[in-house]
Amino acid sequence: MIATQLLTKSFHDKQRGEIRAVDGVTLGVQPGEIYGLLGANGAGKTTVMRLLATLLRPTSGSATVAGHDVVTQSRAVRAQVGFLAASTALYGRLTAREVITYFGELNGLSAAAVRGRVAQLADELDMHEFLDRRCEGFSTGMKQKTSIARTLVHDPAVMIFDEPTLGLDVTTARAIVRFVRECRTRGKTVIYSTHLMHEVEKLCDRIGIIHRGRLLAEGTLAELRQRTGEEDLDEVFLKLIGEEGDS
Amino acid sequence: MNPRAVSIVLRKELRDLLRDRRTLRAMIVVPVCVTPLLMLSLARVTRAVTAKAQAEVPAVQILGGEDSPAIVRQLEQDPKLRIVPAAADWRQEIADKKIRAAVQIPAHFEADLAGGTAGPVVLFNYEGELRSGYAAAELERTFRQLRDSVVQQRLAQRGLSPALLQPFAVRRENVSPPERVAGNRLGGMVPYFLVLFCFMGSMYPAIDLTAGEKERGTMEPLLCAPVGRTDLVLGKFLTVLASAFAAGTLACLSLTLTLRWGKLGPGADLGLNQVDPAGIVGVVALFIPVVVLISAAMFSLALWARNHREALSSIQPLMLVVFVPTVIGMMPGIDLTAKFALVPVLNLSLACREMLSGIWHWHLLALIFASTAAYAAAALAIAVRMFNREEVVFRT
Repeated sequence: MIATQLLTKSFHDKQRGEIRAVDGVTLGVQPGEIYGLLGANGAGKTTVMRLLATLLRPTSGSATVAGHDVVTQSRAVRAQVGFLAASTALYGRLTAREVITYFGELNGLSAAAVRGRVAQLADELDMHEFLDRRCEGFSTGMKQKTSIARTLVHDPAVMIFDEPTLGLDVTTARAIVRFVRECRTRGKTVIYSTHLMHEVEKLCDRIGIIHRGRLLAEGTLAELRQRTGEEDLDEVFLKLIGEEGDS
Repeated sequence: MNPRAVSIVLRKELRDLLRDRRTLRAMIVVPVCVTPLLMLSLARVTRAVTAKAQAEVPAVQILGGEDSPAIVRQLEQDPKLRIVPAAADWRQEIADKKIRAAVQIPAHFEADLAGGTAGPVVLFNYEGELRSGYAAAELERTFRQLRDSVVQQRLAQRGLSPALLQPFAVRRENVSPPERVAGNRLGGMVPYFLVLFCFMGSMYPAIDLTAGEKERGTMEPLLCAPVGRTDLVLGKFLTVLASAFAAGTLACLSLTLTLRWGKLGPGADLGLNQVDPAGIVGVVALFIPVVVLISAAMFSLALWARNHREALSSIQPLMLVVFVPTVIGMMPGIDLTAKFALVPVLNLSLACREMLSGIWHWHLLALIFASTAAYAAAALAIAVRMFNREEVVFRT
């Protein structure tokens, strides 16, 4: 459902010259699978997510999402993708219902379909109490539920989570993790970027270690443990990126 | 372009904006309430201050004049002056506004006047001070009358006619129709006010919908929607444009009502009811591409900015670029030519004067419309292009 082939993205910086944020990343994610992209800050996780969501165009290489090419069929890709990041926000002056409706309409749903979908999501996420209140006064939990509903309104086949629990309290972060698991249960293809080892351990079926834009290792947690001979994921991670640093 | 997507974005942005107090303040409250209130207050205060100054009998000191009792008596008997004893620090008293003016009568003035060799009478006043000006004007009037009567006496003594000094009269008469006079007067001001209010009305929406969205973190999910970037730009841009037009229209209506029925004083309506109605239609037609141009330029600048603050500081120089031509357009002596017709905003300013006066240079008007529409299209194309550039939309 997600497949990248030597995906590369370079940026030009006036002071530092050309920066290769993503360097030849090849990975694949299947429906009903959660793929964790684990890396330190600045490793290139967000850039990979943005490339898959067609927010950025790759410098070279290719990627397909739900069978569509991210460059030549970007709109078709976006129609199949739900993107959730901790850094994304809501429109404060709109109500939760208006926000979800807006994104439903942008995703091509009819007015009746949007109404039905809003009601369904409000039931599932227990949003009725604040559905018609403006987002500016929401608690973090309410904001997260609204963001999730906005992401799911068009029932995308592929979910892209870019550090969705960053800066959230434990309760809200746990709700997000539960939601990600539900996505897998519903057969969605999930790619999840984080720098938190425990989230990867709890959630991901397969893990990709990314460092300085390059995918250093890939596999299940057991495979990575076996490869490094370490039990603790922190140690596994450090050993893998250390190998890269040494080479 | 997908009209449905554009309309979805437009509706959402309008709803969002109409809930923003800051935008409503700039778009509706300022042009509809604050500006007329300021104009009315200013007119009333000016009237009150002028009336009070005119009603005051100003205190004036006479310096010298001991040997010219008739002149001094005449001044003392003038009901519009209050002669107070001369003081040594009369200059300071004028500066401190304790007295309004002083008049210096040279020694032996009356005797010298009779002999035909009188020295100059000097008036001292506080330049720029209204009441001091009135006092000096009254003194000047008195001495001019005295001078005229002396001249008449001398002519009569010599058996000459007063017409000798004025062999013929010069009279100035306006042959321009009233609508041209009014159009010329209003034509310079209308673009200034229109541009001002359109600018104010669209500035916050332009920032809020671009840099504001980047800063708040709502841009990323929006770009993830399966909608073309051009559709997003057009939806947002039309919102900015609608705000500009709303602010401009409301400002025009409220200014018209204020000038017409605001009781601002005689002549303060600037001849509004004499303006050529076809000229108003012409102004509106030419104004449309100008507003598109200004809004698109503002939109692009705000889009480039990382945040609200940066957007505000990059739009401020645009204010100068836009307002300087409107001010130049108000200056007398600058006429619409083919060269000026290509200068955006200035061309509108000059054309407004002509159209409101009932003068229609169709070829120049067509040139203005075409050139401004081309500039506006280019500015909008730049905005669309910028929205498609990663380094712009992710410049945070």
